Amino acid sequence: MMIMDLTGKTALVTGASRGIGRATTLSLARAGAAVVINYSSNEAAAEAVKKEIEGFGGSALVVRADVSDYSQCENLIKSAVDHFKRIDILVNNAGITRDNLLARMKTEEWQEVIDTNLNGVYNCCRAILRPLLKQKSGGRIINVASVAGIHGNSGQANYAASKGGVIAFSKTLAKELGSRDITVNAVAPGFIETEMTDVLSDEMKEQVLSRIALGRLGKPQEVAEVILFLASSAGYITGQVISVDGNLSM
Amino acid sequence: MSVESKVKDIIADQLEVAVDKLSKETTFEDIDADSLDIVELVMALEEEFDLEISDQEIENINSVGDVVKYIESKV
Repeated sequence: MMIMDLTGKTALVTGASRGIGRATTLSLARAGAAVVINYSSNEAAAEAVKKEIEGFGGSALVVRADVSDYSQCENLIKSAVDHFKRIDILVNNAGITRDNLLARMKTEEWQEVIDTNLNGVYNCCRAILRPLLKQKSGGRIINVASVAGIHGNSGQANYAASKGGVIAFSKTLAKELGSRDITVNAVAPGFIETEMTDVLSDEMKEQVLSRIALGRLGKPQEVAEVILFLASSAGYITGQVISVDGNLSM
Repeated sequence: MSVESKVKDIIADQLEVAVDKLSKETTFEDIDADSLDIVELVMALEEEFDLEISDQEIENINSVGDVVKYIESKV
């Protein structure tokens, strides 16, 4: 039997205002979790997610933080714990792309992607450990990686490296925290209908579609469902990478 | 409350052992504490005594007595 009841739990989602983060936040809230909506730039979008959650009787808190900055992550976790008195679930979703062929890539493009996508995961995980361990009631960490981090993707050396790093980091953390009933998993979305893929040219989209067995892009909600599963009933799954990509061959 | 009994209480609580089983000579090996147990204990000590214990200092702490001695030198 699948039990996806998160009543009494608190979940924090980074990059929660749009795309996969938004769908995940709404799903966790519908399952009963109190949610912390983190965003870095789009305050209006974050507030809209909060409003939607409060509309169906859930509770939510909006906190601005740039995950590439450790002290901001510390404040983010502190705000969450101060407000909801506990923290149980962390979804590291915040991510950016700065696509370019390596031959043309600027150091800033490399650095910005690593800072947000990889260092951001380290920052939030590091900051949440103390309150999580102190609670002594287990926990769930779900990191949003990417198929690019498994297979590589031309034009995304920075993004693929950051996501590959997230995968290895997740597997390691799963080993370190297993004895405390804290599970750590990664999901690896393929091409999902978000602002991140909106920027792809029609020609590029055609080419991508021909490589997806299911013949369509995924929906944010389809990734959110997997994250919800990992955050709730999947108590005996840890250190895994779950591809949500419609069977994409890269 | 003396530092020693405070420290023993924290260790007993963190590592889930009976406080009367702890003496100054008790080592963390004796009570089967793993590396993460030690980290959790250090976090609790840091909070209780409002101090920061470095990785290097942690390496020199092997017994209940070591903790007491360390805390007494700091507070």
